[in-house]
Amino acid sequence: MELSEEEKSSLLADMQEILNYVKVIEKAKLHKSETEYALKNVWREDLAASAGGPLPDFSADLITGQFPDAKDGYLKVKKIL
Amino acid sequence: MIDLATLTIKEARKKLDSKVFSAVDLASAYLGEINKKNKELNAYLEIYDDVLEQAKTADEMIKKGESYPLLGIPLAIKDVILIKGRKVSAASKILENYTASYDATVIAKLKQQGAVFLGRTNTDEFAMGGSTENSAYGVTKNPHDLERVAGGSSGGSVVAVAANMALGALGSDTGGSVREPAAFCGIVGFKPTYGRVSRHGLIAMGSSLDCIGQVAKNTADAQIIFDAVAGHDTLDSTSIEDTTYPKTKAKKELTIGVPWELALGEGVSPAVKENFKKTVEQLKLLGFKIKDVSLKNLEMSLAVYYIIMPAEASTNLARFDGVRYGLHKSGKNLLEDYKLTKGAGFGKEVRRRILIGTYVLSAGYFDAYYGKAQLIRSALKQEFSKAFESVDLVLTPTAPDVAWKIGEKNDPLSAYLADIFTVTANILGVPAISLPSGIVEVSGKKLPLGIQFMAPFGAEELLFEVGKKFEEAKDQIVL
Repeated sequence: MELSEEEKSSLLADMQEILNYVKVIEKAKLHKSETEYALKNVWREDLAASAGGPLPDFSADLITGQFPDAKDGYLKVKKIL
Repeated sequence: MIDLATLTIKEARKKLDSKVFSAVDLASAYLGEINKKNKELNAYLEIYDDVLEQAKTADEMIKKGESYPLLGIPLAIKDVILIKGRKVSAASKILENYTASYDATVIAKLKQQGAVFLGRTNTDEFAMGGSTENSAYGVTKNPHDLERVAGGSSGGSVVAVAANMALGALGSDTGGSVREPAAFCGIVGFKPTYGRVSRHGLIAMGSSLDCIGQVAKNTADAQIIFDAVAGHDTLDSTSIEDTTYPKTKAKKELTIGVPWELALGEGVSPAVKENFKKTVEQLKLLGFKIKDVSLKNLEMSLAVYYIIMPAEASTNLARFDGVRYGLHKSGKNLLEDYKLTKGAGFGKEVRRRILIGTYVLSAGYFDAYYGKAQLIRSALKQEFSKAFESVDLVLTPTAPDVAWKIGEKNDPLSAYLADIFTVTANILGVPAISLPSGIVEVSGKKLPLGIQFMAPFGAEELLFEVGKKFEEAKDQIVL
């Protein structure tokens, strides 16, 4: 993310203030040293509605029509290497 | 002439079904109000140009004898919820010309009922803020005092309802973004249990905290909108089933827990304290049992929130890079494209949160910030489940003060402190409601105050019950 020098100094001051505030968590009274997550994986078929799956019909035109740059219906991206 | 000031969804349903007025009449009445007021209040960023056509379709359905709770009901939708083929910008320059390519699940459900969408409403950019002052499209003003903020981030949705520019609305609530503006504008704001309403098609901020919330004039209306959009959805992997949490048993007498230390603590204004104490007395008169509760890590909630939320937001916002949609600024190479696009597209508060988020997630600081915050989150969950063994609801004020003056809070931390009471429900994932609890006069203006109830996981019905009882009584007892 591009930031100007001026913005960097004002953001730094804000960040210091915010981080200084959230540091109160150091004082928390905790018994446990591990987080308990009650998590499980949730799976579904990756099928569009038109193929009998749970995914709704996305508008391909609305997706490809908003590409900043395209060629033959493909998204065009600047080379990476 | 339809009296929009006193009209509720329940009442409108009866009148639409018995043909006292048509959906077109109703939508026209709202469009008239919007024309009169929106320029000044800035609640809507866009009024859809097909409102009357939507209303006509609703009338045809009514003519065929169909009836759904929201058929023909004009609603406002926060500018973070996708409606296929319509613009959605999250009040950001980075999505200024973005058009949604699919319907959010909540929108698909509302469309099935034949609800009428009036337009998309203003919010803080990417729902980051408590006042709509962070919108890239100007602040939404409080209808009770035009010099004050409406609250936020769902300020546009709340003002639309409070100023009779919509009969109900959807907002999103990551740390109080439906409840706080509802309190500031004197209406009802509802945040469901995490996962109860599908997040599919909601532009994400903090994915473990985000909920789509309901905005209405009273509890019964909020319940109608909630019922319409709630339910399990395979498109949201964090969506819960009706059976995920045990059903609460109906009780004759509900016990309300009050964390007095927090509710009357530092930073809470005298007017809020006085109103809160009066409200507790009133609840006693209504037959509720009041019990003190003490939660030792409750005071940590806000700090925990301002670590977890930016961490998740920084991850979620990485997708807005100018490659596939939205704003695109071209540089010499792909990295420069990213930098320039994000630099030009994101506003100051969004940049601040991205930076804080990446900082607390960075290898050197992960344990001290994010890791520790998650530990406290677990501890708070345990403390609350224990508290909910002896109380049915937990009561606090919704916000520590009345709506602030536009521009008054110019450092970010002072604005964050306004979320002190609301963030806890998101950290835990429990449902909560903000109800209007009275008016306080500040320099000649009558400003609303609100109280907040939190309930255990999945116990939305307790909030609707207490909300309705409180509203009935308010008509009889003067605060």
